[in-house]
Amino acid sequence: MRDPVTLIANWLSGLLSGWGLSPGLVTVIMVFIGVLALASAMLVLDIFLVWVERKVVARFQDRIGPNRLGPYGLVQPLADVIKLLIKEDIIPAGADRLVYNLSPIIALAAALLLWAVLPISATIYGTNLNVGVLYLVAVGAISTLGIIMAGWASNNKYALLGAFRTVAQMVSYEVPMVIVLMVPVILTRSMGLKDIVDQQVIWYIVAAPLAAIIFLISNLAELGRAPFDLPEAESELVAGFHIEYTGMKFGMFYAGELLHALTVGAIFSSLFLGGWRGPGAEAFPIIGVFWFFLKAFFMYWVIMWSKYTFPRLRVDQMLNFNWKFLTPLSLVILMTTAVLDKLLPRTNMLVYSLGMLLLNIVIVLVTLQILRARAGAERRRVAEPKPAATPQGAVTASQPPSGASQ
Amino acid sequence: MIPLSWYLMLAAGLFSVGLFGVLARKNAVAILMGVELMLNAVNVNLVAFWRYRTPEVIAGQAFAIIVFAVAAAEVAVGLALIISIYRRRNTVVADEIDMLKL
Amino acid sequence: MTALQVVFLIIAVVTLGAALMVVTTRNLVHAALWLVVTLFGVAVLYVLLDAGFLAVAQVIIYIGAIAILFIFAVMLTRRVASDNIPQTNNNWGWAALVAVVFLGGLAWVLRPWQGFSTQASELSSRADPLRELGQALVSPNAYVIPFEVASVLLLAALIGAIMVAWERK
Repeated sequence: MRDPVTLIANWLSGLLSGWGLSPGLVTVIMVFIGVLALASAMLVLDIFLVWVERKVVARFQDRIGPNRLGPYGLVQPLADVIKLLIKEDIIPAGADRLVYNLSPIIALAAALLLWAVLPISATIYGTNLNVGVLYLVAVGAISTLGIIMAGWASNNKYALLGAFRTVAQMVSYEVPMVIVLMVPVILTRSMGLKDIVDQQVIWYIVAAPLAAIIFLISNLAELGRAPFDLPEAESELVAGFHIEYTGMKFGMFYAGELLHALTVGAIFSSLFLGGWRGPGAEAFPIIGVFWFFLKAFFMYWVIMWSKYTFPRLRVDQMLNFNWKFLTPLSLVILMTTAVLDKLLPRTNMLVYSLGMLLLNIVIVLVTLQILRARAGAERRRVAEPKPAATPQGAVTASQPPSGASQ
Repeated sequence: MIPLSWYLMLAAGLFSVGLFGVLARKNAVAILMGVELMLNAVNVNLVAFWRYRTPEVIAGQAFAIIVFAVAAAEVAVGLALIISIYRRRNTVVADEIDMLKL
Repeated sequence: MTALQVVFLIIAVVTLGAALMVVTTRNLVHAALWLVVTLFGVAVLYVLLDAGFLAVAQVIIYIGAIAILFIFAVMLTRRVASDNIPQTNNNWGWAALVAVVFLGGLAWVLRPWQGFSTQASELSSRADPLRELGQALVSPNAYVIPFEVASVLLLAALIGAIMVAWERK
């Protein structure tokens, strides 16, 4: 039983051809069944993610989390789904009905579309697009569109403003994400995700740790997860672009966000942590599935860890961080990686990876030095005593006011 | 299979629709949308000719990529201009923006 | 009528229909959303034309950036009263005539050209359009100069757009 999925696929296509269908039609039906299986599996996993989220946040906050419904609270997400389904379907007055109903579908569909290019094991993958990495960016762009549609269709100026700021954040953080995505592409000489995983005899997190960190941070901002929480906690009272959504439509936004977070974990693990690679995965492809999901869930846990640890960033801090720090840093990483790629030998991957690791360490040290110099200058500027009053009677902070001695 | 003529007629149709949009719409942003349709029609034309006539020479795709970049630059500057005009004159209807003097 | 032709016809109908909706609908935000549908239809056409990179680049650039810019611009320059009045100016009759004459003229000029009905030749399996495109864009005897000029153009547009839209207080 080395590869049950391929066995089942071959048996099924044999069955369909045996019924006399043309090969083209057999291919179409097989692809359709594959899409159905993958989408259903991901949506069911999505419900499980609700449980994971609530249990993990509870443990981070030193409490237990849901434990009443079912063993360890496993039936809790089912209760949540039932509650969302039986809620009244309210559409705000003056809302644009078609766009209002379409945007949660687009938000969830964008999260599902990403699974089409991820290699779940050596033989199980949707498709090996030769531009797989760019496909990931393109689907991210579609989810941005879904958010702005939601914000506008609610006929609510707070939703609209929330949507604007969310879209500004997502579009800004796409820039370092795309630049840094080119680093594994340079290391692999191909944009296809299957090729990237196939080449990772030594995981790319050794050869490109800085790229991995910047990719993770940019994706946190793309997801709208803390510390880039502005979309979810707009003015701390209203919920941003999905204020006016209740019931299952809100459920689709929420589930879409959780699935997107898991998908980001899966993409990160495919690009930098070796995807389905692990002991035994080359010989038995079915074990690859286990390693893939283990790494994806580990990264999902890291994402949740950062969410429940860091405070929220202000919008100007967030934009400054992107344009003044992440984008120049990612450009430097890309350029130096491209130059070093020509100098290092590709025959010995260990030497190559260690050379790239050395480059990353050098960049980190130089960056820390620059940051230290700037922080020192800022500290000196803030520590100067400043005059406290008008130019005529200028009183410095060290002298008491003239009238106090009487 | 699909003959080249189908792609060319589709591109021509898209271009005509964009042309109608540019000539017949009042709002300046809607006029820019017509221009975008025309640029897309031109791109479809370029790529169709590349695929059908000279698929071994990559010039068609390279030209299409440059058109992407030019279209993006033009939309950015055009919309910046429109928003700036909206701030001064509080209108984006093309007929009402008819005086050079402020 | 092969399956590929049926697919092409469906895509063509969707794209042209959405383009017509862009130029005729009264609500401008709807026009921007129909523009998104049109751009997506064009991306699918690129896939049919074996230009996969262009299809993904179309989605990223046009839908992910330009369409969102349009939606922002429409929302920032809205006058609420103008959501239901006709959006075409007084010359729309002449404009329609010009568009139809243009389309007819193009068809009439192209029909006698013997290359008009070329069928698609098989792409040789050795060729990798993606790799060729990448090499062409940076190779000195190919298209590196237009590539660099396009970069300078984008920089100029970036600076220009910021300067134009800067609110001077």
